[in-house]
Amino acid sequence: MMQTFRRRIGARALASLPALLGVIVFTFILMRVLPGDPAVYFASGPNAGQAEIDGLRHKMGLDRPMPIQLAHYVAGIVTGDLGNSLTTGQPVMHDIRARLPASLELTLTALGLSLLLSLPLGIVSAWYANSRWDQCIRTLCTICFCIPPFVSAIFLIYVFYYIFGLVPDPTGRINIFTPLPHDITGFLLVDFLLTGDPAGWREAAGQLLLPAVTMALFVLSPLTRMTRASLLTVMNSDFIRTARAMGLPTWRIVTVYALRNALSPILTTVGIVFSTMLGANVLVEKVFSWPGVASYALDALVASDYAPVQGFILLMAILFIMVNLLVDILQGLVDPRVSME
Amino acid sequence: MMQGILDIDALSVRFAGRNSHFDALRGVSLSLEQGRILGVVGESGSGKSVTGLSVMGLLPQQASITGGRIRFKDQDITARTPRHLRGASIAMVFQNPRAALNPTRRICDQLSDVIRAHESLDSGAIRQRVIHLLESVNFPDISRRMGVYPHELSGGLCQRVMIAMAIACSPSVIIADEPTTGLDVLTQKAVMDLLFRLSRERAMSMMLITHDLGLAAQYCDSIAVMQKGTVVESGSPARIFSNPQHAYTQRLVDACMTMHPAQPHPAGKTTSRKRRPLLEVSNLRKRYANGHLAVDGVSFAIAPGESLGLIGESGSGKSTLSRLVGRLLDPDDGAIRFEGRSIGTIGARDFFRAEQRPHIQLVFQDAAGSLNPRFTAFDSIADPVRRLGPARNPGALRHHVEKCAADVGLAPALLDRYPHQLSGGQCARVGIARAISVDPKLLILDEPTAALDVLAQSEILALLERLRREKGMSYLFVSHDLHIVRMICDRMVILQNGKIVETGNCEEVFQNPRAPYTAQLLAAIPHFRPASQEAAAATGTEFAGS
Repeated sequence: MMQTFRRRIGARALASLPALLGVIVFTFILMRVLPGDPAVYFASGPNAGQAEIDGLRHKMGLDRPMPIQLAHYVAGIVTGDLGNSLTTGQPVMHDIRARLPASLELTLTALGLSLLLSLPLGIVSAWYANSRWDQCIRTLCTICFCIPPFVSAIFLIYVFYYIFGLVPDPTGRINIFTPLPHDITGFLLVDFLLTGDPAGWREAAGQLLLPAVTMALFVLSPLTRMTRASLLTVMNSDFIRTARAMGLPTWRIVTVYALRNALSPILTTVGIVFSTMLGANVLVEKVFSWPGVASYALDALVASDYAPVQGFILLMAILFIMVNLLVDILQGLVDPRVSME
Repeated sequence: MMQGILDIDALSVRFAGRNSHFDALRGVSLSLEQGRILGVVGESGSGKSVTGLSVMGLLPQQASITGGRIRFKDQDITARTPRHLRGASIAMVFQNPRAALNPTRRICDQLSDVIRAHESLDSGAIRQRVIHLLESVNFPDISRRMGVYPHELSGGLCQRVMIAMAIACSPSVIIADEPTTGLDVLTQKAVMDLLFRLSRERAMSMMLITHDLGLAAQYCDSIAVMQKGTVVESGSPARIFSNPQHAYTQRLVDACMTMHPAQPHPAGKTTSRKRRPLLEVSNLRKRYANGHLAVDGVSFAIAPGESLGLIGESGSGKSTLSRLVGRLLDPDDGAIRFEGRSIGTIGARDFFRAEQRPHIQLVFQDAAGSLNPRFTAFDSIADPVRRLGPARNPGALRHHVEKCAADVGLAPALLDRYPHQLSGGQCARVGIARAISVDPKLLILDEPTAALDVLAQSEILALLERLRREKGMSYLFVSHDLHIVRMICDRMVILQNGKIVETGNCEEVFQNPRAPYTAQLLAAIPHFRPASQEAAAATGTEFAGS
């Protein structure tokens, strides 16, 4: 059992290699055909001479033929070197390692909040389908989905920071005067807990709250709607009727019989939503000055800084593959019929 | 009316649609007495299932009780059936046991759920009870298999689990809604015998809802016949069979009787046996990727105009065999010859281009499911003509399709309807019209009447019989129902575990089965046996009295 499990994961990892290679080549070419010359951008001033630019081009390897540049790049990736960022002056690997936890912490918290809300809402919506409650929940979902996250972010800041002052200054992960915990996982909430600093934890949680809620509201709609639709299908099936005929308590029918069988499409949606959020939360990261990978990649893109953008896209591809693998494994745990194959 | 344990008095149920409504029950009165078995018989749509669901309080949202009352042991349960009664005092066994069990929960846990819902026992006691329940439904290999999921069990075993759930809290009434529909004849007999034994042993009353009058007659103490939401006749099985009063009952009894003909059926026995066989199958073998040997060295031949029955329970390989012959699957070994030419070597993927494709056509089991839901009946019938037949202009095509529809007795007005707007019998007719639209020489019929109720079934069988005579087609008729095969086929082949155990003329096989398996199959067919009926009734009284 465990052996076949491991073999399947290995097979999946192998199968994803061509896709990764495709992503690498594609982003590499894309970055080179985009207008803009990094050498010009990074030359010391607007009146830098041609000689200075050429010198920079040579130093950056931009004067060599493209296939050779690509080969260098791929060789670098294999040894764990994603190149250097010209804007920060640091290796891209270092930057990403420093910023990825911030993005992951925000995304995971938002996803958790969203699930906490959308599962009960979806259950109520499906159980009392077409009732007034159902209508209200569906309207709420539509509203949440229609408002762009940067608008709801500014609205939330206005209400909770500016008017009521309930949350701290919405910039960054932590107040600059708060001593940072020892870097263990990179997740501030976890690190504060591990180092036993409740005050710091509260501080970090306060900073995290608004951006997380903003993102959670944005993905509330797909999760609730999928929960509702999937539950409705399941609740019309024969085994729910059996459970009712056998006189099982309602909450047991909802949780063990209906929800458990409805989980499969919900899990798939969670996987998609998570991957989308990780890349698409750039707006939220910008509004809240959140030091995440998405805003990092955007800054690099504006500066024609190839290496960070390529690194970011590669990171997203790897994360996407891992999330899909995780979802598949969970599917097997949720539905015994899947693992039979 | 006598006071029973469950009394239904002038019950009316209405289904409300968006702008129409439909009265599913119009004043149904039934009484179930302590320890007795009541058969509720009728075709689909007669309201027999709605009656059962009303008792359980499980009517769908759009249905409501508009009149009458349901009383269980002096308690009025018309408006709602309290949860503590459901499962504990009145339990229900459903049709299609595989779908009726939770697919993601182990069967022992599902059984425990039922017990836990009604009694507070510790987990050890519950486990003991689960094992005991599985024992009493003769569930094999309990210690190893109680932890399996429903999809790992056969339909018959799933139904045993379902029955174990129903009797888990020793209810006084069991409502069995078509408990054996879709199960093969041996499993059907095993399940019905089990229900019968449990009901007698535990002095449980049972309401057996079925479309099969023969089945009801064999197991029930009394029978109520339902049509269009009313009970048209009720009485003892012997009375219903010997002296049916209502015209509808008469038809049901007749349909039941033609299934058990005393004399050889009048089907024109074809004389073309001497000629070269139309289809010849020799030593066919098919092993699936999972290692299961579905068809193991099967040989038979079909003469032009002959009809051959292929009999076997589920898992015997009969469907695989029909798919091999229909060239939807590739055999691993052996030859298939059609009109003397080998077609087994043409890959199943390429066979649609072969010139024999129009000559070998199929009619499928699930009449509605095998029609494209986005095609009208006309499109469904015209589709093979467009692909396989000679090119026709639209007018000629319409003419041809209408002729095919007329051949199968489908009214021209129905041609513009979609499958969901047609009844089961009408869908079956569309399926047959589609198959004959390209003038096949061999028709492979895979349980074409399995999903139909008894009247629609006898109509379709008569239609098939007529078509064969008129068009001179050969049939390969796949079924698990021996009587149907006897009615429509000249010869039969009996399959067990992918091997032929017996082959021969239908009447000879019926009169004098040689293989023990055949004898077993024949004995399992439910029908009205006056002698055994009285014996059963006698035991019933005995148990009820004790």
